Amino acid sequence: MSKYPSEPLKCWNKAKELRNKFYKNFSDAKDKGGIRWMGSAWAFDAVPAGLGEDVWCITGEPYGATCAFNRPVSAKFLEAAENFGFARDLCSYMRNYWGSILTNQYALGGEFPRADFAWSQHICCSHAKWYQNACELEGGNVPLFAVDVGAGACPPFEPEMYEHRVRYVADQLLDGIEWMQKVTGREYNDELFFEAAWNDIRSTNKWANICLLNMAVPAPLDEKSIYSFYVFGTLQKSNPEFADLYDELYDEVKDRVDRGIAAVANEQARVMTDTQPPWGFLKIYRYLESWGAVSIGSLYTFGLEGMWLYDEEKNDLRPRPIPAKRPETREEACMMLADWHLSKPEYQHFYHPDYKTKMMDAIAKNWKCDGIILHYNRGCEGLSMGIAENRLGLLERGNKVMTYEGNMGDEHEFDEQATINRIDIFMESMGLKRPAG
Amino acid sequence: MVGFFCTYSPEEIFYAFDILPVRILGSHEIQDVTEPHLFAMFCPFCRDVLAQGLKGKYDYLDGITIGQSCLHLRQAYTSWDIHKNPGWSHYLVMPNHVQSPRAVPFLVAEYELLIKSLEELTGKQITDSDLRKGIELMNRVRRVMKDIYEFRKQDNPPITGLEAMYMCCSQFFTDAREWLPVAEEAKKELETRKLDRDPGLRLMLVGSENDDIEFIQMVETLGERESVGATVVIEEHCTTTRYFWDEVDESFDDPLLAIADRYVSRTPCPSKDWPQRSRLQRILKFAKDFNVDGAIVIQQKFCDPHELDIPFIRKSLEDNGIPTYFLEFDVTTAVGPFSIRVEAFLETLEAEDDLF
Repeated sequence: MSKYPSEPLKCWNKAKELRNKFYKNFSDAKDKGGIRWMGSAWAFDAVPAGLGEDVWCITGEPYGATCAFNRPVSAKFLEAAENFGFARDLCSYMRNYWGSILTNQYALGGEFPRADFAWSQHICCSHAKWYQNACELEGGNVPLFAVDVGAGACPPFEPEMYEHRVRYVADQLLDGIEWMQKVTGREYNDELFFEAAWNDIRSTNKWANICLLNMAVPAPLDEKSIYSFYVFGTLQKSNPEFADLYDELYDEVKDRVDRGIAAVANEQARVMTDTQPPWGFLKIYRYLESWGAVSIGSLYTFGLEGMWLYDEEKNDLRPRPIPAKRPETREEACMMLADWHLSKPEYQHFYHPDYKTKMMDAIAKNWKCDGIILHYNRGCEGLSMGIAENRLGLLERGNKVMTYEGNMGDEHEFDEQATINRIDIFMESMGLKRPAG
Repeated sequence: MVGFFCTYSPEEIFYAFDILPVRILGSHEIQDVTEPHLFAMFCPFCRDVLAQGLKGKYDYLDGITIGQSCLHLRQAYTSWDIHKNPGWSHYLVMPNHVQSPRAVPFLVAEYELLIKSLEELTGKQITDSDLRKGIELMNRVRRVMKDIYEFRKQDNPPITGLEAMYMCCSQFFTDAREWLPVAEEAKKELETRKLDRDPGLRLMLVGSENDDIEFIQMVETLGERESVGATVVIEEHCTTTRYFWDEVDESFDDPLLAIADRYVSRTPCPSKDWPQRSRLQRILKFAKDFNVDGAIVIQQKFCDPHELDIPFIRKSLEDNGIPTYFLEFDVTTAVGPFSIRVEAFLETLEAEDDLF
């Protein structure tokens, strides 16, 4: 018998349509005389927006996840990348992406749409190199600009947000604007940039506020659904339609909390996860639900794009407030974006695993989790960095932790049955009863 | 004494403080202590390095530091910091976008934070003159190594690849002021030294961190056991040329700026080699200058930065007429299986065009 009322999300179909439109815009860009760029999900996508309203992008990570979701297509892409000479242990999103170029097949149908330029950021060893190689695979004449955001941790993990660190990132953005004008031959429109920068801030703040609502018991969102919505931040966080969607989603989730609507009607226990899931096997989340466990999210889904501030004294995470006013000059917009994104929670573990452990523990405690499931993800060295120390740190802080090994984008490295067995044992250890049948 | 994990740590600054910088390397022994700390998908070198800390083999250090480089080695550093912090640690945010004009001023500001932290460790303050002494010392080290490498260009090099690797690694664990006179003496000796061995084919090693003495020894003694032999005449590794090839420009007015300029413009680790793949030019120049017959592209298992470059490095070498052979390494596995593979590669280099 259901413990709580549950109902589907009303904006689900709209989200689906927007996502499809995004990928179609990229493939059809040339029909409209537009510009295409490729880059990381963490790229400052507000910057190319200044080139005009007919500029479309593809971001490699969500595209790689889309490939991985379709296992036969993914297998073909991975094989093509390996045949080219790329090692099998490299980022599986990246290998799916390169395989897509090498086979000239767009995972959403048709030929792979070639980009006019690559605009990325770099914090993990692979980011800029991903597009360096993609540019070569696309013929060697696609120009690349990547912004180094490996500029140090933010407070409270550092005594202050050092001005030279923000300046370093902002100056690269300013250089990037000059570069973009040169490689596209277009004049830059600062007003479009300011608008996009503000949408970026709006959407990443609103996403954090949506995730904050998931503190409620019962949780209004389960993580499998969260995956379908967090993706907009990774596709193009400065997209006005996506920022508007997050406003709409916030209102809906708030309403669910007010009315006590659960994502999982049988919610008896709450878990959180970490890193990207094995995209071809999302059914493990439904399996958790059959035990009465809801995955309320993770630092990954909350803080990959959502912007938060960590309060060390209170051991709490709260959405980072939006700046007092919109940027009015190019330099101001670049400084604002640099400062905003350097405090991204998912950037902090690149400097020390303790920073991530603290934030994860804050989620575990404040979102009332009974257990933590860590995905030792062979597909992503960046987000798996320090994960073993996170496990030790979370255990030390009194959390129950389970791990499983897998790969977000390469089905060869995921053992479904072994994972299910581990989940069974973990669920039992949390006092849950094995589902009937 | 401060241990450093990667060659992006500015030894000049440590010497300016009269601190002995010690590079932390692995022991090449099978280790069993890192599993709870490092997920198995990270490279064996970083695990081996961490094992040294966890086993207390560097307990004499007063501090540890890392110049931001690959994610793998950073984890060895951070786990060491969590479990074996000797009382001082500093994460130097070395920029990744070294081809950007913004990198040098950023790094100068990061060096200022490092200096502040070292002042707290030592209770000392340094001057420009101290920094210049550090620069001069490290430049002398680099110069003598380069001079010694010049001998390797000879048809019958008076120094083997094994000896050259010993020379490079010895510097990591020795006070440069004590190491220099010995290296100078060795350099002098090389002027007249003749080795009683057939150098065989001339090989270049390219790739990840490598201090695998056993491997080089195996390659260079193949000729004693088999029909083909070889000498390693040049390497492009962060234990050797990527570490020492580039000097600090001593003509700068500001010594800190000069140091930053050097670390930003040195031959990069592939994790920092973008948007242009600048390493390629250095590799091809080495191949030409040292007249190599072939290149062995060595990769530490799971070393993403090198894995990202390898298909392109191999293609470029092959396009320039340099046969290549790829080997995936694990610092803790035995060298035996590699012997057959290297021998087979050498045979292909010696093969005539005709099959019969």
